[in-house]
Amino acid sequence: MTNLLWRFRGLALRGLCTSSAAAAVEESKKSKAAVNLFSAINQALHIALESDPRTYVFGEDVSFGGVFRCTTGLADRFGKHRVFNTPLCEQGLVGFGIGLAAMGNRAIVEIQFADYIYPAFDQIVNEAAKFRYRSGSQFNCGGLTIRAPYGAVGHGGHYHSQSPEAFFCHVPGLKVVIPRSPREAKGLLLACIRDPNPTVFFEPKWLYRLAVEEVPEHDYVLPLSQAEVIRQGTDITLIAWGAQLAVMEQACVEAEKDGISCELIDLKTLIPWDKETVEASVRKTGKLLVSHEAPITGGFGAEICASIAESCFLRLEAPVARVCGLDTPFPLVYEPFYMPTKNKILDTIKATVNY
Amino acid sequence: MQYREPGVLLWRGFTLQEFTNQLFGNKYDYGKGRQMPIHYGSNKLNYVTISSTIATQIPHAVGAAYSLKMDKKNACAVTYFGDGGTSEGDFHAAMNFAAVMEAPVIFICRNNGWAISTPTSEQFRSDGIAVRGPAYGMRSIRVDGNDALAIYSTVHAAREMAINERRPILIETLTYRVGHHSTSDDSTKYRPADEIEHWRKARDPVTRFRKWVKKNGWWNDEDESALRNDVRKKVLNAIQVAEKVEKPPLAELFTDVYDHPSSNLGEQERLLRETVKRHPKDYPIDVPV
Ligand SMILES: Cc1ncc(C[n+]2csc(CCOP(=O)(O)OP(=O)(O)O)c2C)c(N)n1
Repeated sequence: MTNLLWRFRGLALRGLCTSSAAAAVEESKKSKAAVNLFSAINQALHIALESDPRTYVFGEDVSFGGVFRCTTGLADRFGKHRVFNTPLCEQGLVGFGIGLAAMGNRAIVEIQFADYIYPAFDQIVNEAAKFRYRSGSQFNCGGLTIRAPYGAVGHGGHYHSQSPEAFFCHVPGLKVVIPRSPREAKGLLLACIRDPNPTVFFEPKWLYRLAVEEVPEHDYVLPLSQAEVIRQGTDITLIAWGAQLAVMEQACVEAEKDGISCELIDLKTLIPWDKETVEASVRKTGKLLVSHEAPITGGFGAEICASIAESCFLRLEAPVARVCGLDTPFPLVYEPFYMPTKNKILDTIKATVNY
Repeated sequence: MQYREPGVLLWRGFTLQEFTNQLFGNKYDYGKGRQMPIHYGSNKLNYVTISSTIATQIPHAVGAAYSLKMDKKNACAVTYFGDGGTSEGDFHAAMNFAAVMEAPVIFICRNNGWAISTPTSEQFRSDGIAVRGPAYGMRSIRVDGNDALAIYSTVHAAREMAINERRPILIETLTYRVGHHSTSDDSTKYRPADEIEHWRKARDPVTRFRKWVKKNGWWNDEDESALRNDVRKKVLNAIQVAEKVEKPPLAELFTDVYDHPSSNLGEQERLLRETVKRHPKDYPIDVPV
């Protein structure tokens, strides 16, 4: 129970929605309603299917709305030939999606849990990622978008909790995107669907119901490969994505009480990532901390730390720091121990700032 | 193994206490509290620990069966999966391997009509699963999965064949999933309630078997209610005992990743223990540190 509570607490504090004041004013003129993350995804899928008749949504149990309700109402509205259940076979459904995309369609594939994406690994890594390159751009499957719920939920154990993003970040030709909130999810998912490259979109399932914020009802996209400074600060740069930002946010609030000013950046797109924004921040603060739920060794945090150590070496005032999942399979009863918690982050912020 | 075969374990002698220890992930759970409930496993009972991933363990059964054959054991391997599981690549790979390697393995497909919300009509267009056996060069049989006696005779014969002839065999049992897929599912969202009721009332395998034992004079209503009361008591007791037992100690978080903990894990354990000391309130009290 403890582990559930600490996540809830932070989310209740704020929805983690931030955007520039000007954009906020502009948006307030248009209609928007407070919705949760799975509804925001659902809106994006409605818009995608509505705005392009050559768009398809499919996967295991998608017809009745999906096990996380993201595809509710789509089959009724757009028909069973555009929104459908597939046989239980991830390699089949991604392979099918690649073929569909290669014919100029938008194929939006749902993998029921990110933990079950591995049967499709070959199709994603050897096929989707290299489709354009190996054909000298005669062919591409850029219309492919793979959606998968990822991350901890408090009771998921080995196979309902994983964060497999780093595997896919190691594959040139794919884009990997992870949203932090409903509004972000809608705009980034639409961007992925319309991006002319195959994308893997991991949805923080912890936030499906929990994260609620005002989401514009209209069609909009948020830029890929563009990070966002969601909290300005001067003492240390913190990088995260997806659900982990809520935890980082709590650490920032606590650190502030100790007079430490943290700059928090949502990376959003993991590859190709927005190095410039991160570098600019680290040049200012001289310190870097990256946090993710996936095991620390070989996680995407390692790539960010190595890059920044290369490019900002002379500006760094402390070793780059990582607070991540442990190098174990995701454990059920030990979940609170495994997780990169607020206090682990806070301790590391202090150690880095006082280095 | 898939997650719908606790009956096999029960029959092999797994005790109610062993079941509930796993369900609560306490320190007596053989899986050391690491997996979700119902992911049982018992080395003693030759029951390989369940993985949540569908179909991934079917090829393992073929490899295990090949080993039994090479070791000239008077035994075969058995693997269970659902109708949905037969769509995965691993199922097809396993069938083909079993036929080619002539492995003594029994494939038991529990065709219960549904894979979560997906009906078999959206899963495959073959006439069920049994027809696929011959396509791979393997014998197969379809049996009424709600007829306990038919299942017993079928599996008995299949085992003889697998062991004596050192060849695989596929059994398709036709049944129905009367329950929801899991505790987080409401199956009335995707299938009519009267369909469920029909199977629950008119086709229930337990009712059917009860009729048969009663007709033979081996069982009556008093036996039935005595057994039910007795089992209910035992289950409740096993639950009460299991929930009071503490979780496995923190050290077990790091064991079994490898045969011996690697140096990175040693370092992570050290750091974690320091963190727990600094922030004891962040951590559950029922996990001994
Ligand atoms: C590789 C993989 N993909 C998806 C899932 C999610 N999932 C869990 S059970 C299930 C349906 C299984 O249906 P079936 O094989 O017919 O067995 P049943 O539950 O009906 O007994 C699905 C899709 C999974 N566990 N593993």
